[in-house]
Amino acid sequence: MNKIFALLKKDVLLEFRQQHTFYGILLYIASTVFVLYLSIENPDLNVWSGLFWVIQLFICVNAVAKSFLQEGKGRMLYFYTLSSPTQFIVAKILYNILIMSVMSLLSLVLFSIFMGNPVTNISKFVGIVLLGGASISMVFSIMSAIAAKAQQNAALIAILGFPVILPLLLLLMRLSKTAFNEVFKEGAVLELIGLITGLDALIVVLAIILFPYLWKD
Amino acid sequence: MDVPHLFILNESIRNLYFHVCMWFSMMILFGVSVVYSIKYLAGFNLRNDIFAVNFAAVGSFLGILGYATGTIWANYTWVTDQNQSLGSILKEPKLIGAAIALLIYGAYFVLRGSFTDMDKKARISAVYNIFAFAMLFPSIWIIPRLVGSLHPGAPGSDSGNPALNFKDIDSRLRMVFYPAVIGWTLLGVWIATLKIRIQLLKDKTLLHD
Repeated sequence: MNKIFALLKKDVLLEFRQQHTFYGILLYIASTVFVLYLSIENPDLNVWSGLFWVIQLFICVNAVAKSFLQEGKGRMLYFYTLSSPTQFIVAKILYNILIMSVMSLLSLVLFSIFMGNPVTNISKFVGIVLLGGASISMVFSIMSAIAAKAQQNAALIAILGFPVILPLLLLLMRLSKTAFNEVFKEGAVLELIGLITGLDALIVVLAIILFPYLWKD
Repeated sequence: MDVPHLFILNESIRNLYFHVCMWFSMMILFGVSVVYSIKYLAGFNLRNDIFAVNFAAVGSFLGILGYATGTIWANYTWVTDQNQSLGSILKEPKLIGAAIALLIYGAYFVLRGSFTDMDKKARISAVYNIFAFAMLFPSIWIIPRLVGSLHPGAPGSDSGNPALNFKDIDSRLRMVFYPAVIGWTLLGVWIATLKIRIQLLKDKTLLHD
């Protein structure tokens, strides 16, 4: 547990020391939203929600991709002597969830400034965005770990991750309709939330089981 | 063999023996592939990796055939008789699920292609295979059951599991359907074993057992 926090702290500290990556992603969010604003004015509900989730996906690819790529071979060897693979992957996933939550909230703010705000139930939507950001970042943590082992890694993350993330994204888009005042069957919302958290739990368990095989070289 | 004559479906009902069976055997072959991937990670025997990749390849091929037979079926039922637009057909949750399956296995082969080291290729792709299969499962078996659809098996159509529910499949169909599932699966397994045997001969020098 202590080691997980130490690894998490190291990643957060690195983020503060090398601020260019953080600001890079911020700029990425701002410029994509601005491009969207210039190309589409006042999108309707479905377009807004679709664009929002697609942007979340791309932000996640950019923010999370570096989490394994930035660790050089030598540094990985050093971690290998310090911690167990389970601690390492859990710390990475926690860190990615943290950064993705910040990014997705920021993009929500930017979205509501530039693209209008069709969300009727803000607190619900913020919850859904946090859940979605966490789910997406978990999947991409593993994909980043896999892609870091292959040669042309940056492009590979998208190829590997997109088909895998699709079912989750479909569920999230469906769930986010509750925040747009669409009436759902009773219990359907809870069912969706249960399904998404169940999938998240599955991802974490698989990550913990499978990561030791990725890590050994 | 006589078949029930239903409105819209008519004689195209016989496609059940091809279309549904192909998806069944695809899923079974993917399952077999995942089992071999797990076995590979347990002992790092390259033989298991060859099994896993070939079962995945034949499974994807059956998936493409399932798509092809589904297109023919949709052409006679959804397009001609129900006047559905192409847009609404492409948005079918089952079609999306199936597309995800094929994309995932496409990504699996791309991943394999990006390694030069054989052991590393086998290890990393085994990890991806297991992870992807776990994510594939909800997209094929759960999501289509939550959303409305033209395809049998959607909520509200009360057919539950299409072609498995005793209420909506005629016993005359069942007499051919069940053997056909087994037949298509075994055909897939046979093709896979041929490919595996060729690969095992090619890599004879690398496998030491």
